[in-house]
Amino acid sequence: MPQMNMIEAIRDALDVKMSQDSDVLVFGEDVGYFGGVFRATAGLQETHGLHRCFDTPISEGGIVGIAIGMAANGLRPVAEIQFADYIYPAYDQIASEAARLRYRSNGDFTAPITIRTPVGGGIYGGTTHSQSPEALFTHIAGLKTIIPSNPYDAKGMLIDAIEDNDPVLFLEPKRLYNGPFYGDPHAPAKTWRGHELGEVPSGHYTVPIGEARRLSKGEDVTILAYGTMVWVAQKVAEDMGLNADILDLRSLLPLDIDAIEKSVKKTGRCVILHEATRTSGFGAELSAQVQERCFYSLEAPIQRVTGWDTPYPHAQEWAYFPGPKRVGNALRKVMEG
Amino acid sequence: MAKQSGSNKSRLYVPEPPFRPGDTPDYSHIAVPAAHTPPRPDPLCEAHETTPHATSLIRVLRFNGETQGDWAPEVSPELMRRALRDIAMTRAMDERMFTMQRQGKMSFYMKSTGEEAVSVGHALALQDTDMVFPTYRQQGILINRGASMKEMMCQCLSNSGDPLDGKSIPVLYSFKKHGFFSISGNLGTQLIQGVGWAMASAYKNSDEIASVFTGEGATAEGDFHYALNFASTYRAPCIINVVNNQWAISSFQGIAAGEGETFAARGTGYGLATLRVDGNDVLAVYAATKWAAERARRGGGATLIEHFTYRKSGHSTSDDPSKYRPENEPEVWPFGDPLERLKTHLIFIGEWDEERHAALLDECKGVVRETYKSAEAMGNLSGETKVNDFTMFEQVYEHALPHLDEQKRWFAQERD
Repeated sequence: MPQMNMIEAIRDALDVKMSQDSDVLVFGEDVGYFGGVFRATAGLQETHGLHRCFDTPISEGGIVGIAIGMAANGLRPVAEIQFADYIYPAYDQIASEAARLRYRSNGDFTAPITIRTPVGGGIYGGTTHSQSPEALFTHIAGLKTIIPSNPYDAKGMLIDAIEDNDPVLFLEPKRLYNGPFYGDPHAPAKTWRGHELGEVPSGHYTVPIGEARRLSKGEDVTILAYGTMVWVAQKVAEDMGLNADILDLRSLLPLDIDAIEKSVKKTGRCVILHEATRTSGFGAELSAQVQERCFYSLEAPIQRVTGWDTPYPHAQEWAYFPGPKRVGNALRKVMEG
Repeated sequence: MAKQSGSNKSRLYVPEPPFRPGDTPDYSHIAVPAAHTPPRPDPLCEAHETTPHATSLIRVLRFNGETQGDWAPEVSPELMRRALRDIAMTRAMDERMFTMQRQGKMSFYMKSTGEEAVSVGHALALQDTDMVFPTYRQQGILINRGASMKEMMCQCLSNSGDPLDGKSIPVLYSFKKHGFFSISGNLGTQLIQGVGWAMASAYKNSDEIASVFTGEGATAEGDFHYALNFASTYRAPCIINVVNNQWAISSFQGIAAGEGETFAARGTGYGLATLRVDGNDVLAVYAATKWAAERARRGGGATLIEHFTYRKSGHSTSDDPSKYRPENEPEVWPFGDPLERLKTHLIFIGEWDEERHAALLDECKGVVRETYKSAEAMGNLSGETKVNDFTMFEQVYEHALPHLDEQKRWFAQERD
């Protein structure tokens, strides 16, 4: 089985789809000749030609705008937004246009586009290269928002996104590109080599949008996480000796609420983790749904572990990041409750 | 208090239209070019050769009914009579729908009165398979392309005959089968989408081009810049139309872009071909569109066309234009009425007369009246719309997602 890091898995997914389907085009800032600032499209222009993988002006609204028009004309565009922090100029095209086109035309026109964009901190990116804006997108009817935490899922989910007939926002936790991150920036960096989820089948396979992955099975507590926080959760639970039911949500909208409900009804305790700011974060939605469905099974108040309600600071990156200590405190609290 | 040394002579300037309610509008300062049109270059000319066209005005029809200039297209009397009929039909439908909105049959309506020649002349010069990305004032394109007027009316009435199942407000049509892209209520957004559509067409080696529309007001949106810039970068086979009808709701055109330069001139800096055309002259619109379509189809890239016209009615049924401009301004606007100008020409060349014209107007009125009657029978807002409420959960996604199915069940319980 080929070993890949997450960048290679994403590139492989694009390569598989571009080889299969001439309607798949890849474009964005610096993605063509250079292959993208994170190298996710390296070699695609050489393999598939200038018309299939090309550079765009620095214009996120324009990038998503042409993607919608191309999709309406039968293509399957995959647009890259260089950092999620830059996605806001495209917000109108995503929220008002891509997500609404099918509805407002009653299915006459559709926008099957995929938007890839790196999210999250951990690379000293400061306020403009670290954000996790997922909650701004899960609030939009008509859009799907997904986020893999490992190379295997990244490839399968990206292929599924490209084949989906609705617009999909594919968030890439950039701290996980080269390896799993367990929350300690001073520990030696791990790569995906040797990790079972770094084993990525060649060729075509899909990981269906809408299904959570159970990372570990346990009776003590349910941990709901996605992206970078999945691995922090695993490490902290292990260190604390907890038998945690860890769900890597993978797909935020649609949400695998059945898996969540089943798990919380079993454990009676729930901790929700995300890197994004706290107020009106996706954790609030998760907390509300768990409460609505599992109230009488809960043994303790639901705990949310998040970034602070500040912009993502530069020098204070690890003071902001919801690391092992913050996660551990929440787990202790929920176990005591 | 800010420091005031007196050395800065700049004072905040807010443009104002020349006339407001109570004023006597006088547009004699707008010179209607007597020599008419700038020369017609080869459609594959260098973009900069059209720089003069961005600040002059392409005209074909003189007020006395003559045609002149080298933009005068070779068109048959049949084609011109068809244009006349499409304009008259669009106007008749607008009239009827406006009245019916006032009677509470629908929530809203938008007329295109005074600027029908832009849509009709443009559509006549395109192929029916070219995709237009319209605004809400291009109903003339649908009329020209033979869309079902009953379906259009049912869309406005949001009734059981509405192809959109009541999901969109009146006039925001979607007719893929007539090459008419779904209209967005967010202005300007479709410009860049049309450029993307055209890029895809070029990628597929298709013969089809895109034609995208905005009013002059929404050229102030970033999307207008995206569209011109991407169209230039990728030489997209498209036409970018700015319908300058002088008014964006209550804001005169000087608010959208200052008073220094024409809207067509916006294209010059992007390296696009630029044409500025008398939008009340259906033959000029037709000729300019033919030129731009040929340029796009032959690989010459995009053209920006400013259609200089006048919005005779309010923006929509929701505003009263006499509150922000003189009531008789539409009558004194110096470029005349598109229907009258084409009629005058057809009579001038002996292909039309007053009796036939009166009969045409009667016929349009009759068709509209009968069609409306059958459309209203399928429901309206003042009675029963007859739209199934449960369809609101459909077409959010291709396949219903579990959370939407659940909400649909909750809604069913709410109804019990």
